[in-house]
Order: sequence, then structure tokens, then C-alpha cells
Amino acid sequence: MRKPRSTIAVHAPVFAALGDPTRLRLVAVLCARGALSTAQLTAGTAITRQAVTKHLEVLADAGLVRDVRQGRERLWELEPSRIDEARCALDAISQQWDQALARLKQVVER
Amino acid sequence: MDTRTDRIEKQVLLKAPRERVWRALSEADQFGTWFGVRFDGPFIEGERLTGKIVPTRVDAEVAAMQTPYEGTPFEWIVERIAPMQRLAFRWHPFGIDKTIDYSHEPMTLIVFELHDAPEGTLLIVTESGFDKLPPERRAKAFAANEGGWTHQMELIRKYLALH
Repeated sequence: MRKPRSTIAVHAPVFAALGDPTRLRLVAVLCARGALSTAQLTAGTAITRQAVTKHLEVLADAGLVRDVRQGRERLWELEPSRIDEARCALDAISQQWDQALARLKQVVER
Repeated sequence: MDTRTDRIEKQVLLKAPRERVWRALSEADQFGTWFGVRFDGPFIEGERLTGKIVPTRVDAEVAAMQTPYEGTPFEWIVERIAPMQRLAFRWHPFGIDKTIDYSHEPMTLIVFELHDAPEGTLLIVTESGFDKLPPERRAKAFAANEGGWTHQMELIRKYLALH
């Protein structure tokens, strides 16, 4: 039997971790480009390396990303068991459809 | 092809006559009102059609999210118009970066299907062909929806606070 409450409780840290534009962007970049260093993730943004590291640690605590050592470098990558790369993009588009269809409903039922 | 990653299917029961739903889909002006686009002409089967993103007039919150993309040109191809039954398009999903030329990329196929339902009209929408898109485009699509995600997270947080 499904227990929605406990399921949501289990996923709550994941949602909380993603409920921030900076962290969501980090996940999106890792989604597209694989393992990257903090420096690479910071390049081209207005955020400091320290701030990016903090965000990455929040994501790591939620089990969304993990760090791997490559020589002296610390690289970050998605935790594949928690986020399926292809699926995460599709879920986003799926939600946009939900919103668009809700607007269509409003229009035709008026 | 993996149907889990290649395809989205949505169903919505609309409490409106089939004819009303068909007009909201098949008339370019009406489609634009809820979707948030302005087309340069009517839908004609087999033709390429251009348009621009304009904020939707249906939902103020969504309109605010669309505003940064206002004026972005896009194009799609009208694949099939089967009156009262089926409407199909091809487009570049999330082709919202004005500096990128998407024309060489594969398009996804969007199909709207109408069915009679006891209380109105059942609309089934499918979008397929995502497996052929370059990975970085998928990531863009993901990032583009961050407003939607943030909103969802807020709802979940509120839910958790109450339970």
C-alpha cells in the first residue's frame, strides 16, 4: 500500500535541496557536463567559490551529488541513483505542460 | 529508444464541449492566449509557422515568468490537422535563447488528441522525440523550469508543515 506522507517525508531533503535557484542550476550543469571542479562550476557566475562549495555540500547531504578525487582535484558529479539525468529534464518539461494545460482548462471552462 | 525518457504524456479532463476545446487548440489566436505565444498566421497543415513568445493572459504568475522571454521568436511545423480529433506540431522545445540557432537540431512532436468524456472532453497530449535532443538542451530545459520547481518545493514545504 502506498503511504504518500512517508514518501514525501523521504524525498523532502531532496526537494529542499533543489528549492534554490543556484543549487538547481548546479544540478542542471552537472546534468549536462558530467564531473566538474568547483572552479569550473563557479566560472561565469557572480557567486564566490566558497558559496558554490556550500551549495554543493547541501546537495551532497541530500544525496544528489558526490565528490570524487582526481589527483589533487576535487570533482563533483551527480549521484546517479537519485537523479536520472534524462528523466530530470523530462520532468521539468512535463511540469510546463501541466501548467499550460491548466491555463487551457481555465480558458475553455470559462 | 526509451519510452521513459523519450516521451511525455498528459491527460486532462476539460469540462467544455469538444467543439470549444477544438477551437482553443486549432485557432492560432486562441492557442496563443493560453500558451503564451503570438503566431504570425493561422495553422495550415504541412506549413512552417513563425511566432513570438508573449506572456500568457490567463495566469499572472506564469506571465511574470514568461516576461523575460517576451519577443523571443520561434517556429514550428503544423504536421496534421484532423478537425475535432487530432492536431500535431513539431517544435524545438525550450528554444528560448535568442543567441542560439536551433534550426539544425531535431524537433519534438506534439500531438493533441480529443476524446468524448462523460462530463466534457478528454484531451491527451504527447510530446516525443526527446532522446534525439543533445544532452545540453535537456539541461537547459531543466534549468528553464526552475521557477516552476521552486514553486513546487514551496507547496511541498507547506504540506510538510501541516502534516
